[in-house]
Amino acid sequence: MKIRIDISSDIVGKPIVAESIVETGALLNISQAHLDSTRGELVADIENEKYTDINKALTKRGAKVTVLDTPIIRDEDECIECGACISVCPVDVFSFEADWSLKVEQEKCIQCGTCIQMCPHNALSLER
Amino acid sequence: MVKKSIHDINRKIEEGNVRVVTAEEMVDIVKVTSVSEATKEVDVVTTGTFGAMCSSGAWLNFGHSDPPIKMKKVWLNDVEAYTGVAAIDAYIGATQLSDSMGIEYGGAHVIEDLIRGKSVDVHATSYGTDCYPRKMLNTTLTIDDLNQAIMQNPRNAYQKYNVATNSSNTTLKTYMGILLPNNGNVTYSGAGVLSPLSNDPNYETIGTGTRILLGGSQGYVTGIGTQHSPETNFGTMMVQGDMKRMSPEYVKAASFEGYGTSLYVGIGVPIPILNEDIARATAVSDDDIVTNILDYGVPSRNRPTIRQVTYGELRSGMIDIAGKEVPTSSLSSFKKSRQIASELKESIIQGDFNLTLPVERLSSKTVNRPMKQTSVNPLVGDIMSESVVTIKENASTYEAANKIMTCSFNHLPVVSDKNILTGIVTAWDISKAVAKKEFDFVGNIMTRNVITATPNEPIDIAAYRLDQNLVSALPVIDDKRNVVGIITSDDISKLLARRGNL
Repeated sequence: MKIRIDISSDIVGKPIVAESIVETGALLNISQAHLDSTRGELVADIENEKYTDINKALTKRGAKVTVLDTPIIRDEDECIECGACISVCPVDVFSFEADWSLKVEQEKCIQCGTCIQMCPHNALSLER
Repeated sequence: MVKKSIHDINRKIEEGNVRVVTAEEMVDIVKVTSVSEATKEVDVVTTGTFGAMCSSGAWLNFGHSDPPIKMKKVWLNDVEAYTGVAAIDAYIGATQLSDSMGIEYGGAHVIEDLIRGKSVDVHATSYGTDCYPRKMLNTTLTIDDLNQAIMQNPRNAYQKYNVATNSSNTTLKTYMGILLPNNGNVTYSGAGVLSPLSNDPNYETIGTGTRILLGGSQGYVTGIGTQHSPETNFGTMMVQGDMKRMSPEYVKAASFEGYGTSLYVGIGVPIPILNEDIARATAVSDDDIVTNILDYGVPSRNRPTIRQVTYGELRSGMIDIAGKEVPTSSLSSFKKSRQIASELKESIIQGDFNLTLPVERLSSKTVNRPMKQTSVNPLVGDIMSESVVTIKENASTYEAANKIMTCSFNHLPVVSDKNILTGIVTAWDISKAVAKKEFDFVGNIMTRNVITATPNEPIDIAAYRLDQNLVSALPVIDDKRNVVGIITSDDISKLLARRGNL
């Protein structure tokens, strides 16, 4: 399964991911990482049976773990296919087809929610 | 040289043998044949645009109640409409926000709800006169219950529009959408190759009385739009149409996070190909239309232009800003613009839409001026403390505490040996360090991400930044990041107290 790990600024300097891996023996396969002095955000794959352990280990150290199983949903009646969402998505979920229809690759979504704020027509959501 | 009259073209429409193409198709026709061939072959070029047009609204006439009321104020679904025109007429503007729902719902949503046939709650108040005794009114009505619902938009269909980016280090929420920090993205608006006024940049056929598609139904250009600025190729037009005949597919409310509401309006304008000059103009492509990328990170009317860019580049999805590839987002829908141009084309071919010549062309001379301001806005440099006390990173926390005690500032900008700002340390930071018993050097307890001001900024901007960032002082720096002063929320309070504005 895919998970996102959010690390706040007060603990971003600490080796909490390494400690959690050592503690649980879970093979966290990090596919994306963004870390600076203000925050950290990692996206990683993890075996399903190891999720409970790693979630507990990371949460205990102050990180926030989100399971990436509810990708962004587009309301096709509200969407006007302007493409406002395209440039704010950190993982290129949105793009244009040749006929300027909006293409949505849900499997790439890391549920950050930036596109929801951007959409002028309230056409994007994360709730199931 | 080929010449046609509007009557020739309307006769062809009647006879069913008119040749109509969209502005996108015209680009290729001129490329593969020639301007004179295209002028002979093509009778009408259709344009289309579908984007956020904040300067939009509608005149509503409610009919008289019994006993009658002279509405002093009126709200539709809690959104106030302007009433200072007789008793029961009101103008609902797209960007007016709901008193109860704020940014989520505004005049644009009332307009869309009316067009969708939904019922709307009306609340009106008045002072009562001999002829209009009623002082309060509540009713619920639909668009069919209104005598008139006339959309009249003061400024629509910008010829082209400025592009937005943000060089500052914080995310901005603007009417151009979310602008990511450090030029993280670029947003643009306008239909480029399909833009009505870009296809008639000399306003030869578009003017007062031009029949257009507005919100999916026939409407008219009534004249120049407000802020019409032909000399910079930022022409605009004022349009009008019967809202009762419009379609929600082409009039859609929008809400921009942190800004407010706006109305997406669909407009299609036919351009009769009367001569070769007009044909040549309609062959304009995305690559020919140049606009400016402005830095919205500078919160002033005079936002600096970062570079020029064509709609072709913008539409490619990536543009270069200072050596960095930056993704672009369109706020207008090109797909919908295309759909509008195609529908207009079909209507003309079917004989449902005749062309008009304007009774007066749009002015090609108007200039758009900034506001004349009679009260002078003080600048940060006018009220900041120049006698700012700074400290070095390698100073001890004890030294910092001492400086704060003796100089009466609560904030010490931290500077390098060359007086370059590197951080800020406050009385709070020192208390925190003492409480945690972790006090050694200023460099270890200071905040590195400092919110700053410059001497030439208006005070209002500095006050807004203090408020947005929940801080109480801003070090004032010059363009080399040298500290030249400090401005605190106290300084601003004192200024307001002196003005008597509190």
